[in-house]
Amino acid sequence: MSTAPTANFLPEFERVAAHLPGDARVTERRRAALARFATSGFPSQRDEAWRYTSTAGLARRQHSVAIDAQISLERARAALAAAGAWNGPQCVFVDGIHRADLSGAVAAAGLRIRPLAAAVAEDGRIDERFAGWGAGECSPMIALNAAFAADGVVIDIADGAKHTDPLRLLFVMTADVRGRAVFPRVIVSVGQGSGLIMVEQYVGESAADGFTNTVTQIHAGEGAQVTHYRLQDESPKAYHVGNLIVSQERGSEVVSHSLSFGALMARQDIHVMLRGPESSVTLNGLYMAEGRQHVDHHTRIDHFEPGTRSEEYYKGILGGHGRGVFNGKVVVHPHAIKTDAQQSNRNLLLSKDAEIDTKPELEIYADDVKCAHGATVGQLDEDALFYLRSRGLEESAARALLTYAFAGDVLGRLGIPRLREDLAARIAGRLPGAAEFLEAV
Amino acid sequence: MTMLSIRNLHAAVEGKPILKGLNLEVRAGEVHAIMGPNGSGKSTLAHVLSGRDAYEVTEGSILFEGKDLLAMSPEERAREGVFLAFQYPVEIPGVNNVYMLKAALNAVRRHRGEAPLDAVDFLKLIKEKAMLVQMDERFLSRAVNEGFSGGEKKRNEILQMAVLEPKLALLDETDSGLDIDALRVVANGVNQLRRSDRAIVMITHYQRLLEHIVPDFVHVLAGGRIVKSGGRDLAVTLEERGYDWLKDEAA
Repeated sequence: MSTAPTANFLPEFERVAAHLPGDARVTERRRAALARFATSGFPSQRDEAWRYTSTAGLARRQHSVAIDAQISLERARAALAAAGAWNGPQCVFVDGIHRADLSGAVAAAGLRIRPLAAAVAEDGRIDERFAGWGAGECSPMIALNAAFAADGVVIDIADGAKHTDPLRLLFVMTADVRGRAVFPRVIVSVGQGSGLIMVEQYVGESAADGFTNTVTQIHAGEGAQVTHYRLQDESPKAYHVGNLIVSQERGSEVVSHSLSFGALMARQDIHVMLRGPESSVTLNGLYMAEGRQHVDHHTRIDHFEPGTRSEEYYKGILGGHGRGVFNGKVVVHPHAIKTDAQQSNRNLLLSKDAEIDTKPELEIYADDVKCAHGATVGQLDEDALFYLRSRGLEESAARALLTYAFAGDVLGRLGIPRLREDLAARIAGRLPGAAEFLEAV
Repeated sequence: MTMLSIRNLHAAVEGKPILKGLNLEVRAGEVHAIMGPNGSGKSTLAHVLSGRDAYEVTEGSILFEGKDLLAMSPEERAREGVFLAFQYPVEIPGVNNVYMLKAALNAVRRHRGEAPLDAVDFLKLIKEKAMLVQMDERFLSRAVNEGFSGGEKKRNEILQMAVLEPKLALLDETDSGLDIDALRVVANGVNQLRRSDRAIVMITHYQRLLEHIVPDFVHVLAGGRIVKSGGRDLAVTLEERGYDWLKDEAA
């Protein structure tokens, strides 16, 4: 028996395995993934990729893996309302389990959306794309997701089908059980010349202290256009680990927005593989931490082919004892001439106890490439603060206005107006004094 | 009625005394000019009046309408009706000029017990005021002072003054960095804001501003004190003779 920290996940697997979707072959795959997790356990801070982010809180607790979602429609609706109105198509998950009664029908030509559990049952065995992750040398967090994924969604878009109405996947964590652990898996395949706009949103009831470990895989076919929004605003007691894995074919364009506000500990890994020539990716991000919150973004972009482009634009706002981590790795492989990779990470520290660790990592093995990166850490401009106060603004309002302005250009990059408004309100809601100027906005 | 009463004001920056016993009385409706050579303490006076915290008042008092101005925060001073037009207006990327002005005006109105203006009334007001300084409307929706030329920044200051309607306006080197056309526009805007219940204090190194905004009183600040006061003729004398002849009086 390994001494690696695995909390109670090995016995939990025996408890829930029979309830997880998939036949015996799938169960074998799950066991293999669990074994992979058991070997390494939760990552330690000796692991370079987790140097600034501790998993001790996760390793210490008793987890309770969710296999059903038994909350009343009434409570679920309250949680939905708190998540912000949504008129478009959506899939709702409660404690990681799909709730058809809350989701509404999603129908469009060339678009196929199936809850993961249903997709597994339908195919008689789990989707190969799903099974492919979690085996081999993947991260322990992804392996853990592969072992326990009880539900999620499989989205397939046929070649040439442009789906322009944003699709929302809403994940609600309840406060029913202490130490709730949920493992959603989202598998997206966008066909040649197709388009998809999707929003993954994670929220929780205010007392929810659960652990969300989610994996999203996106495959963008030749010339496909995908915009992926990820809004994490879980309760401040929650643990959130997310992996976004993107694979792109020739000429495809992917835009990712990662907006992280909630959870006690939030870790987001984004791995983009530019496998086709002339493919491009934009990674936008905004993270906020206050109190004792910890938010970590690790991104990695692999430029495998010539003429590939990446642009990364991340901003962080850290107050109280909040701590942020940003690690932006870009690898330009030998074959990938004419790569253009730009990276920017700017941070605003609002208190003397707030902290940010930001690190660009560029590995360039090709000639004739254009790569640039920049990271800044600053505070609110005292001259600007005084200027606003001298015009009659309360100091807290002046601080809020300047902080809001710092986040403004990231918000400006969001292409869905209702999401932009919702985020503006979320940011303002976290800034004391914001009410005074928001009425003006 | 006395609006501003400065008595025996001593102020220091980083422990170094700059103002050394300054006295000044300003009544409603008056326009005062405070002139003086570089390093005489002109900017320090403006900063102390606006409440900048790097400036330490070591002695003396400032009363605004009988209230202790030094006990007020910068925002309280603004709400009470003190306005400083900055020598170097600050650029604030990401903060829309209109939003800032609306937040400022409504903060002042709330303080006065008036209802906040709604968006429609506010836009009407601001467009009207923008004409006063011949400011193009597209500057209104840009970030505060960002990428503005020197002249545009100074016009923006006077626009803010026009919107906030202060009782006491302090113009700190408002003519600096302006060409003659821009100076005329800015001065014209200020002149239209002269009222019997409003006082204006101009702080300036050069006499040329006073050709456009004619003061009732001129004071010479040297060595941290006002060493000479007079009418507008004094400014003309200063233009002809410079400040040197007054240095003996300061000593």
